[in-house]
Amino acid sequence: MMALLRALLALLQRDLLLAVRRRQDALVVLGFFVVVVSLFPLGVGPDPQLLRSMAPGVLWVSALLATMLSLERLFADDFRDGSLEQLLLTPQPLPLLVLMKILAHWLVTGLPLVLISPLLGMQLNLDGAEIVVLMTALLLGTPILSLVGAIGAGLTLGLRGGGVLISLLILPLYVPALIMGSGAVDAVMYGSSPEAHLSLLAALLIFTLLLAPWAIAAALRIMLD
Amino acid sequence: MAQPRVQWFKFSSPPNFYDLSGRLIPWFGGLAVVLFITGLYTGFVVAPPDYQQGDSYRIMFIHVPAAWMSMFLYVLMAVYAAIGLIWRVKTAEVMAKAIAPTGALFTFLALWSGALWGKPTWGAYWVWDARLTSELILLFLYLGYMALHGAIEDRQRAANASAVLALAGVVNVPIIYFSVKWWNTLHQGASITVTSSPTMETVMLTALLLMTFACWMYSIAVVLWRARLELLERERRTKWVLERMGGKA
Repeated sequence: MMALLRALLALLQRDLLLAVRRRQDALVVLGFFVVVVSLFPLGVGPDPQLLRSMAPGVLWVSALLATMLSLERLFADDFRDGSLEQLLLTPQPLPLLVLMKILAHWLVTGLPLVLISPLLGMQLNLDGAEIVVLMTALLLGTPILSLVGAIGAGLTLGLRGGGVLISLLILPLYVPALIMGSGAVDAVMYGSSPEAHLSLLAALLIFTLLLAPWAIAAALRIMLD
Repeated sequence: MAQPRVQWFKFSSPPNFYDLSGRLIPWFGGLAVVLFITGLYTGFVVAPPDYQQGDSYRIMFIHVPAAWMSMFLYVLMAVYAAIGLIWRVKTAEVMAKAIAPTGALFTFLALWSGALWGKPTWGAYWVWDARLTSELILLFLYLGYMALHGAIEDRQRAANASAVLALAGVVNVPIIYFSVKWWNTLHQGASITVTSSPTMETVMLTALLLMTFACWMYSIAVVLWRARLELLERERRTKWVLERMGGKA
């Protein structure tokens, strides 16, 4: 048991250390998120009321795309230098190891999106309560995006044009998270309680947390077979 | 271990599957033709015009079976994919791959006929109705499956990887459906529903059922055909293929 915990922590530490050493990767994702959100007003016009009503959707779709962008790197580097194969050979259960890698990935790419979202929310004219709900929804939703996306990242490992393929495979599966997430912000905006949306989002997170690691592990075993 | 009375796995061996499906395809294909003709005749000639929608409701005879098939085929594809992934049954892998294009075709048909039906009844080719939206997402799922299958060159790996994707998809389909439905009712207030008149006339129902069975038979025939070709290609170096192809390697 202790050995398992130590292995998991070591893996988490390694991935975080790698991310710190190559901070550009994470910053590019964050920059992408900010740029995409800032482009919307230029496309649809500066009308504050319009921007406000579009804000939940814009922020969520941009978060989906930013996550999408970061997914290709999730296993690719480890695959190239062979450490992913070593990971598959370890005695520790692969789904748990995979979960650690995703946790690291989320801490590096998902969490920054959550933290910067208030700023972008203000840019799009959201008020205080709406921003709180937006952050909560993103906090619950971005781990789902990382988990489901990792299935796609595993399945496209080592393929030509894998990055584009991931988006075709995974974006349809993001629909529930997108609906619940932006729906929560919509709900506060129209003066009703966001609780139902947030509860469903949390349920979806638990559900994904239970199933996705096994699917990812299966995908990795298949692609490295 | 007790032997089951019917040796199901006998049919899953490629040569047996190849021979049996070769004998079955003409029957399913023939039935499909007969059913299509009688179904279309009943639907377009015998059935009376609807008192509200006039003649435009007749699109239903294509639209409804196509929508049913599109959903059913996705589940069936996932079942075959699971069988292939878990028990390593090669024929099941081939069947899963063979179902995908037919499923995508029916999804597309359902969307297309829905759009054509939507124009006279709702006044728009496309509305973000829950069913339309989830059907569209289903089409994306089919396309993703086929794209992944096509992108991986190794056949065994392609079959396994896309099986995982099909299973992830099938777990998600109900969640997607309900979330889209919920999203739709929240956003549109009173949602537009595709209600057929509650008491459908017997002749309309007959036409609808005939068309549904026709689509069934068509799907079986085409999927088996595609699976046969795929099997031949996969097994082209084995003895049974050479025997059946007259010994030309």
